[in-house]
Amino acid sequence: MSTDDLIETFRAQLRDDPDVASAVVAIRVLLGFLKQDRGETIQGLRSSLLAAIDTLSRVDSSVAVSSGGELFLRFISLTSLEYSDYSKCKEIMIERGEIFLRKVSLSRNKIAKLCHPFIRDGAQILTHAYSRVVLRVLEAAVESKKRFSVYVTESQPDQAGQKMAKALRKLNIPVTVILDAAVGYIMEKVDLVLVGAEGVVESGGIINKIGTNQIAVCAKAQNKPFYVVAESFKFVRLFPLNQQDVPDKFKYKADTLKTSQNLTEEHPWIDYTSPSLITLLFTDLGVLTPSAVSDELIKLYL
Amino acid sequence: MAERAAPGGAGPEAAAPVPAGPQAPELSREEKLQLRKEKKQQKKKKRSEKGLAAEPAELGAPSDPGQPRVAAHPTSPPALADGPNDSEKPTGGKSKAELRAERRAKQEAERAQKQAKKAELSQAVTAAKPRLTPTEPQSVVKRLPEHVQVDDPAAQRKLAKKLERQQVPLRQDYGTKVNLFSHLHQYSRKKPLTQQMSIPSTVIHPAVVRLGLQYSQGIINGSNARCIALLEVFKQLIRDYSTPPNEELSRDLVAKLKPHISFLNQCRPLSASMGNAIKFLKKEISCLPDTLREEEAKEKLQDAIDKYLREKILLAAEAISRSAFEKINDKDVILVYGCSSLVNRTLCDAHVKKGRAFRVIVVDSRPRLEGRETLRRLVHKGIHCTYVMINAISYVLPEVSKVLLGAHALLANGSVMSRVGTSQIALVSKAYNVPVLVCCETYKFCERVQTDSFVSNELGTASVPFLPPGTRSLFPLLARTGQSTLPFPFLGKGPPLTGRMAWQAAAVSCAPRAGQRGAVPLPDPAGCSSLCR
Repeated sequence: MSTDDLIETFRAQLRDDPDVASAVVAIRVLLGFLKQDRGETIQGLRSSLLAAIDTLSRVDSSVAVSSGGELFLRFISLTSLEYSDYSKCKEIMIERGEIFLRKVSLSRNKIAKLCHPFIRDGAQILTHAYSRVVLRVLEAAVESKKRFSVYVTESQPDQAGQKMAKALRKLNIPVTVILDAAVGYIMEKVDLVLVGAEGVVESGGIINKIGTNQIAVCAKAQNKPFYVVAESFKFVRLFPLNQQDVPDKFKYKADTLKTSQNLTEEHPWIDYTSPSLITLLFTDLGVLTPSAVSDELIKLYL
Repeated sequence: MAERAAPGGAGPEAAAPVPAGPQAPELSREEKLQLRKEKKQQKKKKRSEKGLAAEPAELGAPSDPGQPRVAAHPTSPPALADGPNDSEKPTGGKSKAELRAERRAKQEAERAQKQAKKAELSQAVTAAKPRLTPTEPQSVVKRLPEHVQVDDPAAQRKLAKKLERQQVPLRQDYGTKVNLFSHLHQYSRKKPLTQQMSIPSTVIHPAVVRLGLQYSQGIINGSNARCIALLEVFKQLIRDYSTPPNEELSRDLVAKLKPHISFLNQCRPLSASMGNAIKFLKKEISCLPDTLREEEAKEKLQDAIDKYLREKILLAAEAISRSAFEKINDKDVILVYGCSSLVNRTLCDAHVKKGRAFRVIVVDSRPRLEGRETLRRLVHKGIHCTYVMINAISYVLPEVSKVLLGAHALLANGSVMSRVGTSQIALVSKAYNVPVLVCCETYKFCERVQTDSFVSNELGTASVPFLPPGTRSLFPLLARTGQSTLPFPFLGKGPPLTGRMAWQAAAVSCAPRAGQRGAVPLPDPAGCSSLCR
């Protein structure tokens, strides 16, 4: 499969399935790539997969795609493939890939099941931008007959908050869109803050749409719990010490990286929230404190 | 000092304060000994049915001629020592003797009941643990290391006996002691070791004597250097060793090593790195198969030592340097403290191999002024350096982008033990929101937990000729940095050849874990404590 084909398939699948996380789509594409690969050696396979992951992350610069890809690769080569027959090895890898994909597709439901008990009847929830996982959690809460209302930040520059509000209205949840600048104002009314994540880093902090850090700081100042929902394939081997330390390839969109002259003039799309501001993370590996994330990460990546 | 000699330590557990005029040794001590004997006999009559082995307190005092302080101050614990009393309480003040006597009488009665239960058990349990609660003697007692119990004469007597058995001379404490550190050894640096004690050359290998001298004089400094020197000397020892007839190498060699280790411990308390190296070596020796000939066994051991050195120290340093390099960016201002071989290596590598344009601020502190060595090494490589003393850190920190520290040991709860002053740097960095990175090889990991810097430490003595007389010039050598105050990303590395390579080569955050992985426990940011409290 050539690079262009890969990118085309990826984009097509993203279009067809807007509800699925881009990382899951990427994994699906990688699995297809694996099946079609014509190489004869394991090392060759690995390097072509790595190249494919690289290509995909250049298309969609979110953290999850690169972390998901790396985890996929590690999962399929988990135990030593000691069969001398290459095609047998490949079969096993494909099988494992399918298992991984299945696990990953189920993760959102698992998270929703874990998280919705934390939403009490009559709660006021604040969320940020558009997150499909948060949507799923709120859906689960509605299904368990809870009544609550949601405040969504508008989340400039792409107004993702409006998209979220529309989806919430379809679920019959009372929703209010607020300005990004109004978070400090609204925080006293809110009972809990629930956000998604684009990536979860080793320290237990998260990388998410720009503006999340502000919300976290306000929540901490007012002692409101700050919950993060994220699937386990978003766990990434990064350790940013501060905002500067987040690699540029995640901060800006892929096209901007290619075309821009001076990156310091571009607006970053994500920011880093430190673990001290986060109360709990809900993942398909369980409900974790930020300090436990490190441990889980290690287990995942080993 | 009659009241001090009064028995039955019912006083608080605090370390005894400095008794007035203890420097008049012989005469008053004899009297005190007499008094003590009488009182003890009285007590013995009271608890006659317990049949406890009285630790002969009289033996203890004369065996420390040069330690007027240690013998004098807790004079009642020797009287106590015969008691099965696990809660030893050295007497505190001097003026409330009457109240104490009354309280003591009451407590005797209570204790008499408890003694009946604990009679046999407390015979087995040593009196070396002064703060044991009454319920504990049932289980196996975890003993405090003796080097943090210098003010407990029972522990010191045990040590003296052990050293006598091994034919290693005992090193005397020197100089006035401060209350806070009275539980730690304090040795004189002015006179070299060999002038103070005579070392039997049949027992201690001369290379080890040399090493001990180098340690005690501070010629070999730094936990990596000390460990490497130790292992090299042990290789020499093994080379010169020959199994006596009717003995097995695996058992005899370990026994032969013990006096050397005690001796080195006397010269300077073993560091965590050295402790781990010794554990490794002992394990290697005891795991030797019996079928090997002596020559083969010795070679195998030397190979094992070489491998340990290479993997745990040299290669680990390279791995750490490589991953720490990720965190050094262009235009960074990095603060370092004192002299750490690992940090120096990281910075030099970053500068030389990849040419990152960063500058370094070297912070130094008296009396050791180790920062000058760092400065020399970095400037030699062409790195732009600034040199400040530790009292200037609040001045420089606003322009610092990260702090890079070395570690002496990493404790089980994630605290870092390092040169004194490190915790100060860490605290101030937190106040300025500067990330602090610690570089530490995995072989320095310690199973201990320490909650503050005073419990276990090393005292150095400064030779400061210009201090006004009477000033106590001692300083603790190690400080413990707690974890709460910092987002404390910690670069812990092990040999890059083990299965945990990928993880160990990455920065892991400090989070609570009980050493699941066997090697790296990660502490939770909670409750910082430091020397600056």
